[in-house]
Amino acid sequence: MTPSQRLDATFAALADPTRRAILARLAQGHASVVELAEPFAMSQPAISKHLKVLEQAGLISTAQDAQRRPRKIEGARLAEATAWLEEYRQFWERRYSALDELLGQLQAKPPKSKRKRR
Amino acid sequence: MTTTINDKAQISLPSDTEVRVTRDFKAPRKLVWQAHTEPELFQRWIGGYPGWSMPVCEMDVRPGGKFRWRWRSDDDGTEFGFHGDYREVDAPGKMVHAEYYDPGDFGGAMPTDNPAIIRTTFTEKDGITTLVVSMDYGSKEARDAAISTGMTDGMETSYDRLDKLVGEQRGG
Repeated sequence: MTPSQRLDATFAALADPTRRAILARLAQGHASVVELAEPFAMSQPAISKHLKVLEQAGLISTAQDAQRRPRKIEGARLAEATAWLEEYRQFWERRYSALDELLGQLQAKPPKSKRKRR
Repeated sequence: MTTTINDKAQISLPSDTEVRVTRDFKAPRKLVWQAHTEPELFQRWIGGYPGWSMPVCEMDVRPGGKFRWRWRSDDDGTEFGFHGDYREVDAPGKMVHAEYYDPGDFGGAMPTDNPAIIRTTFTEKDGITTLVVSMDYGSKEARDAAISTGMTDGMETSYDRLDKLVGEQRGG
């Protein structure tokens, strides 16, 4: 997968509330399919389907435990997606910090007193 | 109840073709609106990148009115810009404009043929103005290109150059 395809897979996987809830649960520690299915009104096969999408996107993996096959979160892929947007966010934040400054100046000096240069 | 202020820009991807930026400002929305619609004010915050100047900042903010913005690198004089027209203007609450990227001699991966449709809303509560900028690039590829490259890269490059320059000055 190219970096761009990886980002696509990550965001597609994240575009579902159940999958985000599963990730939030796994952020607290390993969990088996049965444990993951518990809070949802969903069958285990339905949960397994979501897990497959998350696993294919590289967001989770199956830990080494043949019996329970617990799932665990993989931070790297999520971090990659976050970094991509974070740079863009900082780009806007720099602009808006400058706007904050301008708005502060304008409010300190009411625009009523529009000086006319002659 | 206290009003919380999100004074750090937040980014979301509401659909495959859109990116949305949300930010609060401690100012009445009339003032935030002015800072977005009066060229001399707009230039003061959007044009102020280290290493870049904004030689062209023309905007005629009314439905059908045109705008043209251009940035120039202090370093080597390369230029790029945006131009387009205002589609909807409802002061001081909402404006919609169509924005074309003009790569100049700077380049970039952003498409130049289809405009991005930018919807900006200004809402005020308890003296705090919330700005929501929704940018629709018409396709996922164009949206991703805009996030990944285009202006972001240009400005980052400029920062890198500045860092290097400062480093060289210190070293020499």
